[in-house]
Amino acid sequence: MNTLFEFTKGMKPDSTSYCPGCTHGIAHRLIMEALCERGDLGRAIGVAPIGCSIVSHNYMNVDMCESTHGRAPAIASGIKRVHPGNIVFTYQGDGDLASIGTGEIIHAAHRGEHITTFFINNAIYGMTGGQMAPTTFIGQKTTTTAEGRTEKANGKPLRMSEMIATVGGAAYVERVALNSPSGVRKAKKAVLRALDVQDRKEGFSFVEFLSTCPTNWGLDPVASIEWVNTDMIPYYPLGNFKGMEG
Amino acid sequence: MDDRRLMKGNEAFAEAAIVSGCRYYFGYPITPQNELTEYMSRELPGAGGSFVQAESELAAVSMAYGAAAAGGRVLISSSSPGIALMQEGLSFLCSVDIPLVVLNVSRGGPGVGGIQPGQADYFQATRGGGNGDYHIIVYAPASIQESIDLMGKAYDVAEHYRNPVMLLVDGMLGQMMEPVSMPSRDAYALPEDVSAMKPWAITGHDNRRERNVVKSLRLKPDELEEAVEKRGAKYAAAEQELASYEAVDIESAEVVFVAFGSTSRIVKDAIGLLRADGVRAGMIRPISLWPFPERAFEQVPASAKAVISVELSMGQLIQDVRLAVNGRFPVELIHRTGGMLLTPEEVAARTMDILEVK
Amino acid sequence: MTQKVLMAGFGGQGVMLMGELLAYAAMLEGKQVTYMPSYGPEMRGGTANCSVVISDEEISSPIVTEPAILIAMNEPSMEKFEKSIAPSGMLFINRSLIRRTPLRQDIKCFPVECNELARAILSEKIANIVMLGAVICASGIVSGESVGEVMRRKFVGKKSKFIPMNMKALTVWSDHYEDEKRQ
Repeated sequence: MNTLFEFTKGMKPDSTSYCPGCTHGIAHRLIMEALCERGDLGRAIGVAPIGCSIVSHNYMNVDMCESTHGRAPAIASGIKRVHPGNIVFTYQGDGDLASIGTGEIIHAAHRGEHITTFFINNAIYGMTGGQMAPTTFIGQKTTTTAEGRTEKANGKPLRMSEMIATVGGAAYVERVALNSPSGVRKAKKAVLRALDVQDRKEGFSFVEFLSTCPTNWGLDPVASIEWVNTDMIPYYPLGNFKGMEG
Repeated sequence: MDDRRLMKGNEAFAEAAIVSGCRYYFGYPITPQNELTEYMSRELPGAGGSFVQAESELAAVSMAYGAAAAGGRVLISSSSPGIALMQEGLSFLCSVDIPLVVLNVSRGGPGVGGIQPGQADYFQATRGGGNGDYHIIVYAPASIQESIDLMGKAYDVAEHYRNPVMLLVDGMLGQMMEPVSMPSRDAYALPEDVSAMKPWAITGHDNRRERNVVKSLRLKPDELEEAVEKRGAKYAAAEQELASYEAVDIESAEVVFVAFGSTSRIVKDAIGLLRADGVRAGMIRPISLWPFPERAFEQVPASAKAVISVELSMGQLIQDVRLAVNGRFPVELIHRTGGMLLTPEEVAARTMDILEVK
Repeated sequence: MTQKVLMAGFGGQGVMLMGELLAYAAMLEGKQVTYMPSYGPEMRGGTANCSVVISDEEISSPIVTEPAILIAMNEPSMEKFEKSIAPSGMLFINRSLIRRTPLRQDIKCFPVECNELARAILSEKIANIVMLGAVICASGIVSGESVGEVMRRKFVGKKSKFIPMNMKALTVWSDHYEDEKRQ
């Protein structure tokens, strides 16, 4: 009998505490599957952020540490100095990475750190209860923009992949969406490429996942996926921003 | 010929860290400690280590956390406002029981303040500038040689207690030069297997052990209380084991000074001046600021007329002095602040004023 | 015996190097020594001063408020520090830049044409070494041999070519002084 599916050894066999319809679980599994397939589980070290995915170390079957809010890329930089032969990654949400941690992410890219950052963009603060993130859309209602985000008060949503692609030390930058089976397959390829770039010491690698937050968006899981397609992708276009030229 | 080396404080601190096995340094420019950062940038790569000029003090302490959690011996240094920025990381490091050595070459404050020597970071260092129930172990060397000796000790203590240790000096000690005996770089043998020495370190589990997770978050209050209480027991042991001081002529003293770091050197000269005037003066010099060496005060003779805290701040050390004296003697303050230094003559004159009033 | 020296001048005149060489030489002679620079945001052109304390015993304070020897490399330094010199102390004046005569009557004054003597050897860049030579010759605080040894240790590799000029600068004032005495 052929084995059609096997649960990855990269994940602990527990159910996650993430909300129904949240795509953190998919992103976790893709990263862990990729590490597993590459034979890197034993030499991977991860940094969990502040945010919903602070608990990612409960599920990811690799050595991990927690981070202060937004500092994961600096922490990963320190880890990589001690273990330059290991695979070091951060897993961060948009409040963590695009707001309080902008300095750390830009400068990790700037130094060309041989680390990989997995960035979960769901256009909102999840763990603290649905406040506006820098990635929140114009008109999007959150607990700190009850009438919807306005450009006048809050500026326009921040596009992190585009920004990081302009930084010299960034070797690979790609945005993917966890919105469909083909989107998930493309995301997996991007994860594998990013890890490969790190392993070849080409520079900083970055994968942005357009992700869902049904709870704080006030949508059901299916409608949330639909919102990724109709609203997020037009503003946050998918594709490679650096590292696959030509 | 003399085998001592004439070294600037900041460079000696850096070399002392290297000879103690430090191979990772993360820094950000700030006066008056830049020579240390510059020295590390020159020396660490050749010593098989790594130097990173961080984008901020916040990033520096975070990089240090990463490197220390990964098992490295790490140094970070800064001066007062930069140390203020690092408090987030120091509280966090305590919460995850990760050892680190931090050097504060302190200057006048508050805020940006000035760049001349100051001791107004006493509260920041000993009370904890960050959130939560924690302590940083703090040593205050008074000479460059003592700084070198305490640097080695700081790494051992940090790793034994799995807690950050701070060396608190000021701009005077950082900028001055003195002849020193520096151990060789072979004095500390770097561990071949970090995991054997630090089984908690995140090194990659290599498919041979359960994964290591370094975690601060404890959402259940009973679990958090248990973790903090456990750390509390560690701090109680540190208070018993680490309190240290130097006592100078206190047995028959009619006035006992309390001073740490560079100020204690000024006070030593003042004691000489007072003795020439027939005043029997002595000094308790705390070497550890946390834990504070309260037991030293048991030696103050009943005949003492006053205990005087001498410090480059508006009166911070004096709070611990009052707690240690516990009402047995009048406690007075002689201070300058803002980067102004006391002179031995000034200390002696103000002591005479205090004694005349008594 | 404890000797306290204060030296001051413009940033860029090599005041700090002068202090460092003196401190290093004292260490080589087995003495206790401290060197304390003033420090500030000025890299060049501001005022710079440093204190050197040399003793047979452990040194407590590295701060010099009443120097036995003051070296004034420019006029503002002399104005600022002349009054602080210890009774019967020594004042070394860079005569090339300081026209004013000292006010104190109870001290010994040594005018040194630092810049002219330095230019005759190489350039004004070594005026500080000329002054240091005058100080050690007149005060005997350390020996010329010790300072020579410091230079051999400090100026190594490519820098070793500077040693002969600096050695010459170190003795130019005393040679000059001897010549004057003979005349």
